Amino acid sequence: MISVHNLHKSFGKLKVLDNVSINLEPGNVVALIGPNGSGKTTFIRSILGMVKPEQGSILYDGEEILNAWKYRKNIGYMPQLAKFPERIQIKELLDMMKDIRNNNNTDHIDEELIELFDLKKIYHKRTGTLSGGTKQKVSAALTFLFNPKVLILDEPTTGLDPVSAEILKNKITKEQAKGKLVLITSHILSDIEEVASHVMYLHEGKLEFVKSIEQLKMETKEISLNKAIVKIMQQKNK
Amino acid sequence: MRRILKYVMFDILRNRFVIGYCLFIMLITFGLLSLEEGSSKSTLSLLNIVLLVVPLISIVFATIHFYNSYEFMELLLSQPVRRSTILYSEYFGVSCSLSVAFAIGMGVPLIFLNQGLVSIYLLLSGIVLTFVFVSIALLGAVNSKDKARGIGTSLLLWFFFTAIYDGLVLLILFSFSDYPIEKYLLAFISLNPIDLARVAILLQMDTAVLMGYTGAVFSEFFNSWEGLLFSSGLLLLWAILPMLLTVRIFKRKDL
Amino acid sequence: MILLKSKIFFLVLLLPCFVVAETIHVGTSYKYKTIKSAISHSKNNDTLLIHKGYYQEGTILIEKPLTIIGQNYPILDGLHKIEIISIKSDNVTISGLKLINSGKSDVYDLAAIRVYKNKNIKISDNELENNFFGIFLTKSDHCTITNNRLSSTEEKQNDSGNGIHLLYCSNILIENNHIAGHRDGIYFEFVTESIIQKNISEGNIRYGLHFMFSSDDVYQENTFRNNGAGVAVMFSFKVKMINNRYEHNWGASSYGLLLKEIRDGEITGNTFEKNTTGISMEGTTRITVSQNDFIQNGWGIRICGGCDQGIITKNNLIGNSFDVSTSGSTLSNDFTGNYWDKYMGYDLNKDGFGDTPFFPVNLSSIILERIPASLLFLHSFVLDLIDQSEKLLPQLIPQNIVDKKPILKKI
Repeated sequence: MISVHNLHKSFGKLKVLDNVSINLEPGNVVALIGPNGSGKTTFIRSILGMVKPEQGSILYDGEEILNAWKYRKNIGYMPQLAKFPERIQIKELLDMMKDIRNNNNTDHIDEELIELFDLKKIYHKRTGTLSGGTKQKVSAALTFLFNPKVLILDEPTTGLDPVSAEILKNKITKEQAKGKLVLITSHILSDIEEVASHVMYLHEGKLEFVKSIEQLKMETKEISLNKAIVKIMQQKNK
Repeated sequence: MRRILKYVMFDILRNRFVIGYCLFIMLITFGLLSLEEGSSKSTLSLLNIVLLVVPLISIVFATIHFYNSYEFMELLLSQPVRRSTILYSEYFGVSCSLSVAFAIGMGVPLIFLNQGLVSIYLLLSGIVLTFVFVSIALLGAVNSKDKARGIGTSLLLWFFFTAIYDGLVLLILFSFSDYPIEKYLLAFISLNPIDLARVAILLQMDTAVLMGYTGAVFSEFFNSWEGLLFSSGLLLLWAILPMLLTVRIFKRKDL
Repeated sequence: MILLKSKIFFLVLLLPCFVVAETIHVGTSYKYKTIKSAISHSKNNDTLLIHKGYYQEGTILIEKPLTIIGQNYPILDGLHKIEIISIKSDNVTISGLKLINSGKSDVYDLAAIRVYKNKNIKISDNELENNFFGIFLTKSDHCTITNNRLSSTEEKQNDSGNGIHLLYCSNILIENNHIAGHRDGIYFEFVTESIIQKNISEGNIRYGLHFMFSSDDVYQENTFRNNGAGVAVMFSFKVKMINNRYEHNWGASSYGLLLKEIRDGEITGNTFEKNTTGISMEGTTRITVSQNDFIQNGWGIRICGGCDQGIITKNNLIGNSFDVSTSGSTLSNDFTGNYWDKYMGYDLNKDGFGDTPFFPVNLSSIILERIPASLLFLHSFVLDLIDQSEKLLPQLIPQNIVDKKPILKKI
């Protein structure tokens, strides 16, 4: 569905992505992990076309995404930190996004998260007055709103209370079952263990491996993903 | 484009600044036209509003608005929307609302108190300068991620076009007064949108003195159809070119 | 008795005038078909009544006192070859004629009406079109030129003569004429004790009115509009210029009023509006400029040097791009007591005068004198800034052009 070939990107002298290649297929929840500054967010933003790669290509359904824009209607993106225009109410925000996506066809609208997070109660609050967690909720709701084929979630559970995090994780699993591709980054490995089918590990811009969780546990002979990852990290550092 | 433009305008209208700007211009214009004796003196003050205040407000407001819209733009960038659409919406949203505010603010008092060709020129120049300086502002803002630096750049650009540029040209005129440098004066003036607007209004206002210059040549030129086309064409270029460059940079930028 | 006798004698002497003078009709349906034949059959003081028609008879020479009156503007055509009417007698009246197409010549100053060395000539209510010179008086006196309309469409200065041209004349009245499209509207050379009033002179190629070597003349209540330059008074003295209007005299070296090498002139109550320069002065002595309005001119008053003992007072200077400018040399002229709209001072002691002096020559106008191209930066932020800086560096502007008692209200 999304295939990345030999992606290179550096900011100044710093190499952020170094020859990354990967195929992401529908029906998978791919967890993108790696230490801070390993290039996770840059990778995600490259797929969204917000960062322009220096070399390599990214194809969506076989089509180059550089300077393309229509493919983004198939993507829902939840950024690390939700940022919204401040003087706008939640309802207005959602309506505006619907309007901009030219998507008033209610069949394709998925308001499940709005219901589950109980956002309608605070529909008339301005986004500028919301707490970080609530913003994340709005952001998550917005990501799933248009029922996109690909979901890209950058640290989705940070700032969420345990209940909300649980709701979100359930939602991810549910969407996976519908055959969607989910790309998720998180530092909370237990979360990942719950939802992910695959792990891709980035280290200093290099893609170290892509493995299914089962495979990973088998190879490291660990039961928990947490320990498996730590083991790998330690091996790398040696 | 139309949809996003709608939201940019919507956002600007919520921010009461533009309404304040409109009232401010209106108050000053009414004040000048009714207090000052003799229309030529008040016209001179209006000219200074058009040449100094309008560019300043336009460039600073557009810069600040660009940085304040960063979140909105980021939100849009992950949506199926062209980058150029986002930027053009920002450009037209800001410049249209500012120029409408200006046109109402200065136009209404002028209609009541000072009808005439000079008034029309003042209004048109103010509107075009608004577009020009919003365009320049976006070019400055897109090149710097830091808000404070961006605002600094825009102030500097404003000062450059209002004062430094003319100062330099005058200095060149002084230093090379023995050479037939006057031929190139037209080129020098064409390179500064504020000068272009000023000369266009000057020709309506101080025709008498301009006819005194050997450069009746100039007034003939600017008052002819070709001259009018030339100067308004150049001003339009000034409104368009920085914007095209901005879009080009914005398209290639990592955000 | 002797007194009565002498009275009768006097009446008898006058008798021929009353009895003999008759009216002769000229026209296609009258005895005399041509003006020339009528003149040759006329006696002194006869009246020729020219009826409507088209007359083309070469130069008409008038050598006896006659009154020639046109009815419904009969046309006398010079066919671009000749002088139309030559007057070589005193006491001639020409009125109601339409004179067109006088000859043009580089050698002779051909005119529609030429008057040679005569007295008591009256030229009134004529229409003159496309003539080289219009009305040309030489060495004549006590003549009146009134209610005539003169126009020419010649565009080149050298191919055009003056509308009303006076050479070595005195005691002439020129009133209510309209002159357009000539070289100079009215031209005076060595003319004294004459009056020019209520004329309109517009669209003339050079000057609306031009004085050379003349003295003791008055011109008043005239309008000079849209000429190459309004009025030029040169090498003359004791000329009074009162209540005239000078408007829209635009051009690279144009002005409402040019004063050059004149003395003892009086300029009062005039309005100078939208001229490139209101008054341009050069080499003037003892000139009084008072109670005039200078409105929206490029330069209100330009002083080009050699001007001395001038008094400029009680004038309104409003909306001029520059009120006063000067090219260099030091002068002693008195600028006290004018209204300047650019004056920013206050009258705290309420004596009607501003508390601080006003220096009407600003720095940008000095720069402009040196570098004319800087005119295109008028009203730019930089030039405004330079003008403000003269308050910090007052030595940069001429200190002797100063109004020590500027007035705060328009006069």
